[in-house]
Amino acid sequence: MSTGDSTLMRPRLLGRATVNAVVAISVLYTLLPVLWLVLAAGKNRDALFSSNLLSLGDFSFVQNVRDLFAMDDGLYTRWYGNSLLYAVLGAGVGALVSVACGYAFDKYGFRHKEKLFGLVLAAVMVPQTVLALPLYLMASEAGLVNTFWAVFIPVLFNPFGVYLGRIFSQGYVPDEVLEAARVDGAGELTTYVRVALRMLGPGLVTVFLFQLTAIWNNFFLPMVMLSDQDLYPVSLGLYQWNSSASVSPEYYPVVIMGSLLAVVPLILAFALLQRFWRSGLTAGSVK
Amino acid sequence: MTATTQAQPTAPATASRATVPASAQRARKRARRGQLAACAVLMAPFFALLVTVFLIPVGTAIYLSFFSDDQPGLGFGPERTIFVGLRSYAAVLTDPTFLSGLATVALYCLIYIPLMVIGALALALLLDSGVVRLRAWAQLGLFLPHAVPGIIAALIWLYLYTPGISPVIDLFAKADITIDFLGIHTVLPSIVNIALWSNLGYNMVVFYAALQAVPREVIEASVVDGAGPVRTALQVKTPLVRTSIVMVAIFTLIWALQLFTEPMLLSQSSPMINSRFSPSMYIYDAAFTRNNYSLAAAASVVLLVCTIALSYGVTRWTSRANTPEETAR
Repeated sequence: MSTGDSTLMRPRLLGRATVNAVVAISVLYTLLPVLWLVLAAGKNRDALFSSNLLSLGDFSFVQNVRDLFAMDDGLYTRWYGNSLLYAVLGAGVGALVSVACGYAFDKYGFRHKEKLFGLVLAAVMVPQTVLALPLYLMASEAGLVNTFWAVFIPVLFNPFGVYLGRIFSQGYVPDEVLEAARVDGAGELTTYVRVALRMLGPGLVTVFLFQLTAIWNNFFLPMVMLSDQDLYPVSLGLYQWNSSASVSPEYYPVVIMGSLLAVVPLILAFALLQRFWRSGLTAGSVK
Repeated sequence: MTATTQAQPTAPATASRATVPASAQRARKRARRGQLAACAVLMAPFFALLVTVFLIPVGTAIYLSFFSDDQPGLGFGPERTIFVGLRSYAAVLTDPTFLSGLATVALYCLIYIPLMVIGALALALLLDSGVVRLRAWAQLGLFLPHAVPGIIAALIWLYLYTPGISPVIDLFAKADITIDFLGIHTVLPSIVNIALWSNLGYNMVVFYAALQAVPREVIEASVVDGAGPVRTALQVKTPLVRTSIVMVAIFTLIWALQLFTEPMLLSQSSPMINSRFSPSMYIYDAAFTRNNYSLAAAASVVLLVCTIALSYGVTRWTSRANTPEETAR
């Protein structure tokens, strides 16, 4: 290269080192708390309070798991099952509903379409806490308070999924394909189910994953709607156990182990479906 | 598209000019009706949800905020619902606990949003610069907290803030620094930290994806023009991912205004967080602890109006800030 290269080399190397150091520190910031969770989950109560995380002497991972599932007659298993049911079923149905609507917004024209779409986008903005009280009153009128449905129905609603569905439909389903299907005499809905839905697959998975995360994280709605512990999702259950821990410290190791296990499904989902959500993020942000 | 479909059948159409247009028109009309029906079927489930879990609740909240249950006499006799006009709004807006909640969230937004947007963008630019080693692993590590549910993130950090359990406080103690993460001045930054930890990696990935879509020629051109990597990042790449920045800022804002989960959990251990720490906690407290529905509804509507006004403001402000630049090009 040029003769100035050797003088340029020093600051550039320095810059390279700084950049890598900044990124490394950021990664430590995000990883260390999770690492703490993993280490702390293996401690019994006394070791937890002695803060001696790295001593392996009092390792009681298996005992903690056993305690967790035995606590309060195996309540944790119920919560875990509930969370899976709310999240997987809710995200599955919700994603199908939103993507179908987004597809219709993209492929069909009618009067005031953009105004209607504006309403959908406005719904993205509305805080959940604003809707909680009226939803609670409606559910209590319908006799649904403290039932599965009180939590399940509201979480199906995902206006951002409609927005993503419309973008994916623009990107993945060419209009020519629909024209061809129409020429062949296929019905509109048949075309959607047999042809378009398959092309929308990656988008559907992205919307599913976003909604899965949102429902798994959901805390406010179950807190408002549910009083029966047997219907709690993991998030609300751990919250409750943690509030008992200040009185009865035997809950501490159980809460920590419960937290660790509650993180596993989402990490698995993100790892397994990685190539889908990455493309989904691009679609959502570049547009 | 209509041009090609019309152009093809011209030859047979001339043969029977009198009969075809009428039947073709009817066929087209029928196809159009079929399309609208399909469109309605595809949209119906979503709009049924929109009406039941969005429009009706918003309407109910507004309705409730103008009415109140009045119990005549000493609580005997039938309960009546009466129109109280703006009384609930006056009650909410003069309630010092609600106003302090609003102030808390405003301060929280002022600290959190710039930190989040600048931090995530800076990390994305660094990762996009091409000098970072193990880039895919770094991204995965940064993204990991997104898979940790909010309540569990708050739990982890609560323990890391708790003396006796926290290795962080131990480390500080060894350096002879006593630090109370849940004290009166530290509790808000502690909450900001939890939110930052949870969302930094996710927004970084959003920015990174947008940066990847920047055409390579643009960057090469700026390098040829003699711009260093820092200038390229700040003056070439950053303006090109403006839409993503606005989107992340708006979503972060909407999310931040709902502040509930973290303070709710920390309130179990910190006396610094009362039950009306943020507007959302105020709504919860008013509705489900004090059973004052009209007060809770009025507070909800105030929060809703603030959210819409602020998001609208951000959109308008950013689009106005961009227009002179756009016309200059």
